[in-house]
Amino acid sequence: MWNYQKMLQYPVNIKNSDPRMAKLIISQLGGPDGEIGASMRYLSQRYIMPDDRAKGLLTDIGTEELAHMEIISAILYQLTRNLTTEQIKNSGFDTYFVDHTVGIYPSGANGMPFTAAYLQSTGDPITDLTEDMAAEQKARTTYDNILRLADDRDVRDPIRFLREREVVHFQRFGEALGIVQNSLNKNNIYACNPSFDKNCGKSPRS
Amino acid sequence: MNEKARLLRLIQQLDFSMYELSLYLDTHPSCANALERFEDLKEARRDAANEYVAKYGPLTHRGAGRGKAGEWSWLSMPWPWERSEN
Repeated sequence: MWNYQKMLQYPVNIKNSDPRMAKLIISQLGGPDGEIGASMRYLSQRYIMPDDRAKGLLTDIGTEELAHMEIISAILYQLTRNLTTEQIKNSGFDTYFVDHTVGIYPSGANGMPFTAAYLQSTGDPITDLTEDMAAEQKARTTYDNILRLADDRDVRDPIRFLREREVVHFQRFGEALGIVQNSLNKNNIYACNPSFDKNCGKSPRS
Repeated sequence: MNEKARLLRLIQQLDFSMYELSLYLDTHPSCANALERFEDLKEARRDAANEYVAKYGPLTHRGAGRGKAGEWSWLSMPWPWERSEN
């Protein structure tokens, strides 16, 4: 089960509101490559993993993504303090404001609500771990794009932290994929699914 | 940075180092070097957290209870997403 620590994994201290920036950064909350999707993906996939190392890794990275969801939400909260009507009208934030005021709603930069369609849990550990590596790269690209558009140092700092985490997660998932593949018959690692088929391991099946 | 913020920052750093190490240990569970560093960090983290909680309030439910004001201490500090209290 999950415990909660009353502390952000990385500090967020943003002095200046910027609803235009909030409208973009929200993609890392509920967008296609955002932290909620990442967390739900990994926490969903972990159950059928054949190896303890993969179970542990997916549990731990899935949990860390919840902490990242919280950091993004803190960024959004601080970017939308004390907004004037002018700011709301001129920033493009008005379309979000109309439905959510300055509440935090899991959605992407174009207003699409979060959906589980952004993730898969195929029940095949090779497929799942490959998807996870792609997911971390997609998140990294999104953070790269945010950094191109963000000038405020208070915003750039936690965003750079989150971007670095994606790169590390990619590395770890690659190792987990190697671990799973090494446990299978190296003449044909696709011969069976170790999370479903009996006797699916190193020796060839008769 | 005041004492409370300094301690909280230290705990954040130790916590993060431990978490980063734990991900590495998930895929390298018998790495002696990493295990030793993890144990060292655990000790440092425990000391920093004990000091913080004694002076400033709970970080987890387990550390909450009747606070200095005689009320449920979990609610007592500002929440992590508010400025300069994370």
